[in-house]
Amino acid sequence: MTVPWASEAPPQTQPIIGNDDVVRSRQHVRAFAQQCKLSLVDQTKFITAASELARNTLVYGGGGAMRAGLVERQGRRGVAAVFEDSGPGIPDIELALTDGWTSGGGLGLGLSGARRLVDEFFLDTEVDRGTTVTIVKWAR
Amino acid sequence: MELLSTDREKITSEWIDGVTSSLQGRISKAEVDRELRELYEALVQGLRAGGEETRGDGFSEVRALLTELSRNRARQGFTPSETAISVLALKQALEPVLRNDSAEETTAYLRLGRALDDLALYTVEVYTRTREEIISSQAAQLMELSTPVVKLWEGVIAVPLVGTLDSARTQVVMEKLLQALVDTGSEQAIIDITGVPAVDTQVAQHLLKTVVAARLMGAECTVSGIRPQIAQTIVALGIEFGDIVTKATLADALQHALRKSGVDLVTHQDARR
Amino acid sequence: MTERVPVLRIGDILLVSIQVDLEDQTVLDLQEDLAEQIVARAARGVVIDITAVEIVDSFVGRMLATIASISRLLDAETVVVGMRPAVAITLVELGLSLGGVRTALDLEKGLALLRRSATGAELP
Repeated sequence: MTVPWASEAPPQTQPIIGNDDVVRSRQHVRAFAQQCKLSLVDQTKFITAASELARNTLVYGGGGAMRAGLVERQGRRGVAAVFEDSGPGIPDIELALTDGWTSGGGLGLGLSGARRLVDEFFLDTEVDRGTTVTIVKWAR
Repeated sequence: MELLSTDREKITSEWIDGVTSSLQGRISKAEVDRELRELYEALVQGLRAGGEETRGDGFSEVRALLTELSRNRARQGFTPSETAISVLALKQALEPVLRNDSAEETTAYLRLGRALDDLALYTVEVYTRTREEIISSQAAQLMELSTPVVKLWEGVIAVPLVGTLDSARTQVVMEKLLQALVDTGSEQAIIDITGVPAVDTQVAQHLLKTVVAARLMGAECTVSGIRPQIAQTIVALGIEFGDIVTKATLADALQHALRKSGVDLVTHQDARR
Repeated sequence: MTERVPVLRIGDILLVSIQVDLEDQTVLDLQEDLAEQIVARAARGVVIDITAVEIVDSFVGRMLATIASISRLLDAETVVVGMRPAVAITLVELGLSLGGVRTALDLEKGLALLRRSATGAELP
């Protein structure tokens, strides 16, 4: 999936290596969500989704990075975040996206929950290669 | 371009007359005069700079003027034809200039005509876009208007929903209701759907989510006024209303809410002792 | 070293007011601190004030549910107060209903709720 990054500002990269990087990722995407004028509820949904995915990157992917920024498509503006790791990958995507299923002792709501909180959700994963998750939320 | 520069004054006044009469005096001649003279200048400049490339850089000034003109026409309630005529009338105004029947002049006229047609289409595009903006902002206003949150009693608020619920409107109601809980410090909320003719799965889901969200915030939500048809739909769709309190009428729901608040009153007396 | 969230005591009630964007480790520390304090101070109730919290993800949500379960085992009741509408909507969408966690609109109502259940006047 190619992300339609807005032309005026290139996306910024934030490493996700330590525990405090999850907090930093949240603050990072908050700035963009406010910038593209998402409603308060939509901001909260997007930041929460980013928080889930940043933690996944850290816990399951063994660390990685997040790229976040504004996006633009057919005159609509929005915010996007791409989470990348080179961890073990997800062998069964269907299963990983099922509510309540977890491989790491969590609630199993991370992936499936994050998907419900955003407008667009793309999952690209390969066993032993890593996982890339892209989320987009458009301003209403 | 030469066509436009030859008999400048005559063409513009002809043009202005044509447009003014088509608008039947709803815009003063002075205003049309100002608009079109400016446009004429820009048009000459544009043709000089960019030939007939009406979507190119040379015409950016023309497009800006036309955008303003079309937006104004759309807002003032003119029709698309009355908007496009501002450009098209120029073709008519040019006709008297074509007297000597030279092939060169005819080609020039045709090429200019094509450019003008394109610009006329541009005004229609802007006109439509403006209308769409007006419609969507009206829809947003209507949404605000049609979802009042009212206070029924100390600690009890209600939203009487009237009309068809779509997903977007239900979401607005949900957010407004939850915010009102915080603002008024109410622990009881009633969603009355007596005036709602039908619900679909999505709307029912939104209502359910509202009730659960209110509970997370520490408030209780009652749904009242479910019509028999809607009850049938809900069951047929297999939507689980679970342990959500439903009442037949708003009065029943209020009674229920007051009884719940009534427990509060007793404890207040306890606290005072 | 991460910061710890202070746990205050009012009578037999423990009060935690979360004011910052929580790191996962801080969340775990808080969970541990509360369990210890409930026993050490013989608390009967715990109030967690999240009025200032803008984001509650599944990790924090799970902490709230876990604290409620732990305190129940230790004979104390937990009330989460002040959840923002946007946070509540997001939690519902996320699929987290915090079953078993009692909630109240604000601190005052939360304390009243605890007092009520202490005097045995259970909510119907």
